[in-house]
Formats: sequence, structure tokens, C-alpha cells
Amino acid sequence: MAVDPSAHDTTKAPNAPRWGLYGRLSVGQKRTIWAWTFLAVPILFYVIIRFYPTGNAMVLSFQDWNLLGARTWTGLDNYTRLFSDPVFWQVFRNTFAYLLLGTPISLVISFVIAYHLDQVRFMHGTIRALYFVPFMTSAVAMAWVWRWFYQDVPIGLFNNLLATVGIPQVRFLNSTTNALPSILAPAIWAGLGFQIIIFMAGLRAIPRTFYEAAKIDGVSTWTVLWEITLPLLRPTIVFIVVLSSIGFLRIFDHVFNMTSANPGGPLNSTKPLVLMIYQSAFSSFDMGYAAAQTVVLFVVLLIVSLIQLRLLKDR
Amino acid sequence: MAATDDLTIRATSDALLRAQAPRKKASMAQFIRWVLLFGGGILMVMPLAYMISTSMKFPWEVYEIGLIPEEPTLENYTYVLEDGRFFGWFINSLIIATITTLSALFFDSLVGYTLCKFKFRGRYIVFIAILSTLMIPTEMLVIPWYMMSQSFGWLDSYWGIMFPGLMTAFGVFLMKQFFETVPDDFLEAARIDGLNEFQIWWQVAMPMVKPALAALAIFIFLGNWTAFLWPLIVTTSPALYTLPVGLASYGDEADVAWELIMTGAAISTLPTLIFFLIFQRFIIRGVVMAGLKG
Repeated sequence: MAVDPSAHDTTKAPNAPRWGLYGRLSVGQKRTIWAWTFLAVPILFYVIIRFYPTGNAMVLSFQDWNLLGARTWTGLDNYTRLFSDPVFWQVFRNTFAYLLLGTPISLVISFVIAYHLDQVRFMHGTIRALYFVPFMTSAVAMAWVWRWFYQDVPIGLFNNLLATVGIPQVRFLNSTTNALPSILAPAIWAGLGFQIIIFMAGLRAIPRTFYEAAKIDGVSTWTVLWEITLPLLRPTIVFIVVLSSIGFLRIFDHVFNMTSANPGGPLNSTKPLVLMIYQSAFSSFDMGYAAAQTVVLFVVLLIVSLIQLRLLKDR
Repeated sequence: MAATDDLTIRATSDALLRAQAPRKKASMAQFIRWVLLFGGGILMVMPLAYMISTSMKFPWEVYEIGLIPEEPTLENYTYVLEDGRFFGWFINSLIIATITTLSALFFDSLVGYTLCKFKFRGRYIVFIAILSTLMIPTEMLVIPWYMMSQSFGWLDSYWGIMFPGLMTAFGVFLMKQFFETVPDDFLEAARIDGLNEFQIWWQVAMPMVKPALAALAIFIFLGNWTAFLWPLIVTTSPALYTLPVGLASYGDEADVAWELIMTGAAISTLPTLIFFLIFQRFIIRGVVMAGLKG
């Protein structure tokens, strides 16, 4: 790491008073001044770029604004409109469908792989890398790759593969029932590697003595898994569940790019909350309405995280 | 440098990945386990393999299911890059991700260090305040950010794309955790040697948390390289698109062929893939470190 050349300027005698007022301060006071100097720019950043916008979004959710005219107060109108909007409830169901399918599926798959990979030595690093590689990709790029896989014959890879073995065609992205799982698949796929790595770290952290004791007692592998491994992995499991839940509740890139001809389609069957927010704000310029949706997203994320943190505390 | 960092990371990551499972007897079950795991791993990289293989196929072969192109070609790459747009988007992404990463590394570790090593009234409140921003989803902030950018003229500029990511609360938290491992005696010794507080941080403390910095850098760079929602909102002129936004707009042009889209996808994916292949062990350790401490 490069060292700032001016930082070598240590010619001044240590602790010599450099300028009047500063020189008379105690060591503790000097350090306090340094601390606030270090924090000045970051505090400004957090206030302007994080806290002020948060408040602004909340205020805006009680207003009507089309980005050009004046912001007018409308009380709870945006919320009542949202909760009586059938599209919102469809979107709400979709968002939880992503969460309730995505989190358990990815959790189980990644645990099974991590559990077995942990016991394999031959080419361990290579296999681990194979599973991890998709994590290093961009969601947008992969959405387009999978979108191509899902096309109808003679374009899409999956349907071409089905055709060669004589299985009838499957409509993936243009079916209201298949589209959501089809979009979820690459999202799960890309996240598996990370979860596997975290699970393996969790498995390695369990002291070997537990297993040795179980071995002496002649306990079956299955019992060891349920009575020792899984309970001791609880913090790891909660960590992965929290992270992946937040990820699936905020899904956007995959949906937007795999359905961009008709975002969230067909018939809103794949539209998640973030896409609805994006469309309300930047297609309809209904800023107040979009802000109300972001507040709902915030509350949902908060509740889901709090429930999961509660579970972590209950150990 | 990579080698020494690798060693230090190894030392700090609680030996989590170092400890190998005890050697198992070569049995049929163990063999089947290996075959299934390896097969699953191959399946995992298949989408990437098809992306790359299709990007090297001529149009007449694109819809064949064979993985290896009969006649591999780089023509798609020349075509896509000669067009100029992808090259520009690549440069945009590179500049934006690099500057954002450097800024976040600098400020996150400075704040993390200050909150860890300085005792002063208010530091707890500052820490909690910064940490609380982790609960606020980006999606809630994009509308106010857009309004800000509009009134300050930041729309459609590098600064507009970058400003939300210049500091991260996650990084502050992570770096604060790692600065706990730096002994105060070292800092005190430097203080007696006459270094000022900035020099102590930069010359003494920072080199001791290099592995953590590297781990954070990987996360932040990858996050910015693949970021989509905010760049999509804040840019309107194609010249300022980042790779993901550019790829999305390119894919939507109806007459673009799939092999060209795959080429674009490969261009936006290969840099991070190659980086991973070179620094594999190091990246996995970094991910574990950032993941578990964070």
C-alpha cells in the first residue's frame, strides 16, 4: 500500500506546541479533536446521503408529486390507494413467493452440498470453486443468459434439450405459473456458492471433540447430524436465512431483465415490490405513491429481520 | 503481495478453512459422494460455459446444443467491441467501481478506526447511527437521491452514479471489528515516536488490517461492478451507462442476436471470473472473513 509522502514529515519535536490554542490542550482533548476531525466528512455524508433521504422518503409518502409541479399534502391517500390496489396485493404475494420459495430451497441445497463437500478431500478446492463461481457474476448478465435458456424451440437451450429427448415443450417465461420459479432459479443459483462457503466455515468451527465423543458412544451419522451438527450451526443458519431473505425480498435485477419486454409480466405474475416501486416512480412519475411503497418495503424488511434476530437470541 | 496477504488472511480467519476434514476411507459411498458433488459442480458452471461457448459461435451454430463450437470464432467480440458502446460501458464501470471502492475503503476504515480506538463522548451514538442505516433499503433512498441529483445537476454524471456508494455502513462495522485486533501498545509506541493521529492510523494501524481491507475491497468492487438499479435510474444517455445498464439496453434492442447478447454478458462477467480464478483461495477466505465478522 502506498504511503502518503507528506506523512513522513516527523521533523517536529514530539508533543511540542505547534500552535497556541491546540498546544495547551490535554492529550485527551487533542485526541477528541482528532476523532471529530476524522468523523466530520463521514458524518456529513451519512446525514445528507442517508438520514435526510430516509426522512424525505417518509415525508413524500404522505404527499402527491409528479416530479415537476409542487408537492401537495395528501395525508394517508397514498397508503389507502396502495392497500386497495389489486396489483399491489398481487405484487405482495409475488414478493413473498420469492422469499418463501427462495430462502428454504437455497438453504437446503447449500447445506447438503456444504455438508458433503466438507467430507471430501480429493479436488476439494476445485469443487468448491465450481460452486462458488456463479457468485462472482453480475445478475444482469446472468438474467440474459438464463432468459436465452428459457426461450421456445428452436432458440432456447432448455427446450432444445427437451426436444432432443422427446419431452413436450415447457413454456417458461411466458406462462403465468412458470415464470416466477423460472426467474427465481438463476437468483438461487447465483447465491448458492456464498451460502456453501459460509456453511463450510460454520461446519469447520464445530470442535472435532463433539464428533469423536459421538463416535465413541456409537451414535449413528444421522443422529450426529440432527443432535450435534445442526444445533451447533444455528447461528450460521440464522445468518444465512437473514441475508438470503433480505435478498429475495429485494429481488429486482433478474425480474427486470428477464421480462423487460413487459416488466413483471406476464400479467404481473412475476412483479416484485421493487419493480413496482421502480415503475411507479420512474415510468408513471407518481413519486408520492412510489415513496409509500418504499416505506412498506422498509417495514416488511424490518419485521422479517426482527423476527429472525429474535430467533437468534432464543438460543 | 498476494502471497503474503494470503498468509495473513490465513492467520486471522480463525483457521476456519484451513482445517481439513479427517481422511475418510476410500469406500464406494465416498466415491459416489465425490462423483455427485463433482457432477453438481459441473452443472453449476454450465450456464457460464454456455455463455462463453455461444459467444464464440457463428450465427448458424448458435441454436445447436453442443457446448464446444465446431468453428470457434472471436468475430462476435470484434463486432460488439467495434460498435464502441460496450467498450465505453466497460470503462465507465471500471472507473466507477474503482473510485467507489477506494473511497469506501478509505472512509470506512477511518471511521471504523476512530470508533474503535478513540474514547470520546458521543462515539457510541455515532456508531449506532451509522449502523442503523444498514436497516434502510437502497430502494427507499433512490427516489430522494434522484430528487437531489435533479436539483444539483448530478443526473447523468459519474458523480451521480457514484455518490451513494462512497461510504458503506457495512465497511465501518467490518473495519471496526478488525481494528479491535490491533494492539493499543503499537499505536501508543507510534504516538511516543511523535507520529500524529492520522499518521498512526495510516502508517501503523492500516497495514495491520490489510487482509480485512482486501476482503472489503472484493465485496465493494463486486457490488459496484454489478450494481443495476441506481445506475439505471440516474443515467439517461447511453454514453454514461455502466455495463449492466448497457447490457440491459443492448438486449432490449429487438434486432440483436442472442450470440451478441451472450458476448456482451461474457464481457461484463469475464473480468470478475478471471480475477476469481487467479485469486481463488484468497477471495474465498475474504468472503468468509467479511461474511462472518460482518
